[in-house]
Amino acid sequence: MMQRILLDSKTVAIVGLSGNPLRASHFVGFYLQRHGYRVIPVNPREAEILGERSYPSLRDVPVAIDVVNVFRTPDALPGIAEEAVERRAKCLWCQFNVVNEAGARIATQAGLTVIMDRCIKVEHARFVGRMHWLGFNTQRITSVRGMLQ
Amino acid sequence: MVSSASLYGGTVNQFKHVLRKLSVELTWVDPDDLDAWRAAIRANTKAFFAETIGNPGGNVLDLEAVARIAHEHHLPLLVDNTFATPYLCRPIEWGADIVLHSATKYLGGHGTSIGGVVVESGQFNWSNGRFPVIADPSPAYHGLQFHETFGTYGYLMKLRAETLRDLGACLSPFNAFLFLQGLETLSLRMTRHVENALAIANHLATHDLAANVRYAGLAGSRYRPLVDKYLPRGAGAVFSFDIRGGRAAGEDFIRGVTLWSHLANVGDAKSLVIHPASTTHRQLDEQELKAAGVGPGTIRLSVGIEDAADLIWDLEQGFARARACGAAGG
Repeated sequence: MMQRILLDSKTVAIVGLSGNPLRASHFVGFYLQRHGYRVIPVNPREAEILGERSYPSLRDVPVAIDVVNVFRTPDALPGIAEEAVERRAKCLWCQFNVVNEAGARIATQAGLTVIMDRCIKVEHARFVGRMHWLGFNTQRITSVRGMLQ
Repeated sequence: MVSSASLYGGTVNQFKHVLRKLSVELTWVDPDDLDAWRAAIRANTKAFFAETIGNPGGNVLDLEAVARIAHEHHLPLLVDNTFATPYLCRPIEWGADIVLHSATKYLGGHGTSIGGVVVESGQFNWSNGRFPVIADPSPAYHGLQFHETFGTYGYLMKLRAETLRDLGACLSPFNAFLFLQGLETLSLRMTRHVENALAIANHLATHDLAANVRYAGLAGSRYRPLVDKYLPRGAGAVFSFDIRGGRAAGEDFIRGVTLWSHLANVGDAKSLVIHPASTTHRQLDEQELKAAGVGPGTIRLSVGIEDAADLIWDLEQGFARARACGAAGG
């Protein structure tokens, strides 16, 4: 399911993307851009991140969004989920420790795929990328290289 | 650091000299003595270190018990699992936090490449206050806090991004290829290694010229319960025994064998033999040998994957030579 989302998606709105290059959200944004995704920053405190204009909220994003990737506190999730539903995103992907059942329910009931407590960069590297090159246990034992299985 | 005293000499050297120069103090304990592990802990202790199967003592570590003591005191347990390999034992499953391998040995399996592996469980809390080098903002990396940022991958990210970068102990690509080759046959080789080792240990256990066969896989070994628990597939294939007749008999024995290769390596597909008292520990007197866990007649065997009958036949050639030279049997 994660593989399908990663391979079918083109545009990822990162809610809570930071302009500070040392923050995890920044690594993730940079990585996704490098792997061909269009990254749309959603951060009211910044004007531009990673060469893309940053919007104050999901509602302000002018293009279609496939994945809403969340780097905010779990309490903010229900509000973000509602906006994701309005924008008709396909997936609500919440990073490590961003777990909130109410928010998840809002999105699932509207037909979105919800993923929580997983890093989109790590999962991309696990299935499609080069996690194994860094010596990490991908927990995938397969002879098939980086393709949808 | 609190370390088992029953370790490979090269490791002991590193700890005694290299780490000492880096201001790391070592407290040595008998690995079998759980109270000793506990008693050795001090306010500035950072870690426990041990080998799954000791070299050349052949002792087996009670992994779960030692890990529990370490964790009670918020310390990580580091285990050198070279002699067992993941095929025979996976220390992380028993509570170890970091596992080390000399890939030079069984993982590569053919004595062709030097290399090592560090495996980390990802479960230890490096942010518990004892490990500022890992948890605090890193000055060498723009202030990045490795454990906080990368979670379970934090320790390894730090190890690669800084330590490996700074020390340069990078694996050669060709060696990596050779290790991959070796890994393809690891399970097959370990099964055969262990089978041969048991046959040879049993042969030596009743041999008139061999004493103190220190193979934990023997039925009568004091480590039997630990082998059954941690090494159910076998107690490795490196062990030592003492030849009757001391240093001279040991030297004659080595001159008599022709199939076993006389080398200081272990974990090769080829069977290897060494007499420490006349080689690696040549400069030590009897006292010092004893302290190192080696006797004048100690012979260490790294049992390979050849035919067991050939290996035993060749050991007998060694014994015959020792007998003929008159030194053995004394």
